[in-house]
Amino acid sequence: MQNTSLQFRNQVTIKLADARLQDALSRLQSRFVEGRSAVISEIADLEEARTAAATIRDRVINNLEHWLVHFEQQATACGAIVHWAETGADVNRIVAGIAAQHGVKTAAKSKSMVSEECGLNDALELAGVKVMETDLGEYILQLAKEAPSHIVAPVVHKNKEEISDLFAEKHHLPRKTGIAELCREAREVLRPAFLNADMGISGANFLVAETGSALIVTNEGNGRLVTTLPRVHVAITGIEKVVPTLEDVTTLLRLLPRSATGQSITNYVSVLTGKKNAEDHDGPEHFHIILLDNGRSSLVGSEMQEMLRCIRCGACMNHCPVYQNIGGHAYGWVYPGPMGSILTPLLGGIEKSPDLPNASTFCGACAAVCPVKIPLPDLLRKLREKQLQRGMKSWQETFLLKVWAWLALHPTIYAIATRIGVRLIRMMGGKEKLLHTLPGAGGWTDGRDFPAPSGKTFRELHKRGAGQ
Amino acid sequence: MRIGLFVTCLVDSMRPRIGFAAIKLLEAAGCKVVVPKLQTCCGQPGYNSGDRKSAEALALKFLAEFESFDYVVVPSGSCAGMIRVHYPSLFKDDPALLTRFTALGQRTCELTDFLANVAKPGKMPGNFQGTLTYHDSCSGLRELDVYKQPRALLTAMPGVTINEMVESTTCCGFGGTFSVKYGELSTRMADNKCQHIADTHADAIVGGDLGCLLNIEGRLRRNGDHATRVLHVAEVLSGLDEEA
Repeated sequence: MQNTSLQFRNQVTIKLADARLQDALSRLQSRFVEGRSAVISEIADLEEARTAAATIRDRVINNLEHWLVHFEQQATACGAIVHWAETGADVNRIVAGIAAQHGVKTAAKSKSMVSEECGLNDALELAGVKVMETDLGEYILQLAKEAPSHIVAPVVHKNKEEISDLFAEKHHLPRKTGIAELCREAREVLRPAFLNADMGISGANFLVAETGSALIVTNEGNGRLVTTLPRVHVAITGIEKVVPTLEDVTTLLRLLPRSATGQSITNYVSVLTGKKNAEDHDGPEHFHIILLDNGRSSLVGSEMQEMLRCIRCGACMNHCPVYQNIGGHAYGWVYPGPMGSILTPLLGGIEKSPDLPNASTFCGACAAVCPVKIPLPDLLRKLREKQLQRGMKSWQETFLLKVWAWLALHPTIYAIATRIGVRLIRMMGGKEKLLHTLPGAGGWTDGRDFPAPSGKTFRELHKRGAGQ
Repeated sequence: MRIGLFVTCLVDSMRPRIGFAAIKLLEAAGCKVVVPKLQTCCGQPGYNSGDRKSAEALALKFLAEFESFDYVVVPSGSCAGMIRVHYPSLFKDDPALLTRFTALGQRTCELTDFLANVAKPGKMPGNFQGTLTYHDSCSGLRELDVYKQPRALLTAMPGVTINEMVESTTCCGFGGTFSVKYGELSTRMADNKCQHIADTHADAIVGGDLGCLLNIEGRLRRNGDHATRVLHVAEVLSGLDEEA
């Protein structure tokens, strides 16, 4: 997927003015924030569970090569074929190769954000393979020719009316308005796609090293169909998704659905191990697992390594006041919200996403809910440090920061400068004691008044012994 | 108890009354308050903009000025969090300084946290009459666990009624330089906060961080609300909430 995060500022303006989007986003709070809050308390030892989850992820990432090799050995022993892809283009080439090898004409796909990184659907269409998204949200987006705006709820930016219109237009059927009716219509359209597909494509939430399994966590049942009905199954995921044991997975599964959708457990947790054997009733005849690097391995051992703990629950974006107001598309790539503001520059190039690390108030709501305790604001701050080191900040900002730091280190001059400054700004505030404009701070005064200072500094008043 | 008061650069320049309110509250609680004369800024603006070096220099300046006190008290969760949480992380590779910054951090408290959990004074000097709603500023809440403390102190005042707003713990959109760099986004976040404040019909919106309060006040006034008072919790508790 093309990275358009350079457009972030323009996108913010557009998204804030988009009434339909704002209406859709207004439901995030009740659906996800309150949803998580209602079930997360079921975990009596929540802090311990989060620490345990973080420890499991760290254990893998600290020794990633070992666990990946172990996974590959186990998966291969069960009859799966493991492929290693350095870039998204490599994934596309490998999948197209598998399709050609098995004479695949149509593929049914369940949700995979990694495939969005690769732009897999477009690449397969070019290779002559018809791809059908079968996750309801992703199917809607495929019809609308849009990208997901959320990693768990990809179509969260659309309201029901938009989907009714879209189905009526694309399905050439009478317009439905009820959610149940719309779902039934989608099921009826999708059913033949499952039955006719030559290839199923899925993601994987976890790769279990001890069993060689790919594990998927879903709600709609399409994941089961996609991974068991077609004769070829291709699972695509990032190299960081490996977890040592099934026991470890259970710790992560206590947290993932609760953090993601406010569910104690999802409708389906599928553990997919190997290809169909002679004694099996169903399953794919060929099972390929493609592991994508795409820059992830460069984070191992770096000061940004904690980002690799991420289990893609989306809680950080659900709780982010910036995401809540602009939605996911503004971020310009596959991953939005706080985790995206870190991953996009790390995987796509720091220079290509100058705004993302800065568009945060560091409110910390993301880190407070992260199930694997990723210190997201700290990582964003480290990216800001890298930006400064690379000279990516505007000269005005760099200059003002330097002046402020110099003054703060020289208290006598600081005292004089602040005394002059507050008197000046106090005067500008006039009778109302409010400034409607402030040179150089239009970002503030375009939408807010600036309350005038009282006119004298605390330090001068205190020196004179004024007790107010 | 000998207290070093760090007034913060924002209170120093924008609303000195909050500094005097803090002194009044601490003295009423029986503390001896010292205000180191050369104090300036904790270094947070630079730190959060990626300028680690200037933050380290200001942290060392702070250490020299405040290390000798029994406690350091700060009328801001954001600056107290900088000292308590982030100063030690700046020096994590220097064992000697790390020990000193960790010890300093453990003795550094946000004002209401100090009053409620350490000083435990009796009656508050203030005599506020009316309803207020409390905004929980992010750093105080999430870095220092300040939530119950201001409410406990305020509800002990006979004339005070707290009408809680919804989402009191959601960011107001200030975020330091964020408020200027992403003004549109920041304003929208402030607007959401103002709506939640208006829904409570409170006489005053009260909080513990002046940055957030200036942001909220700026948006309220721009929206034409000149009636809702915007007060620092120290002003309400101390009674220094009226113009001198």
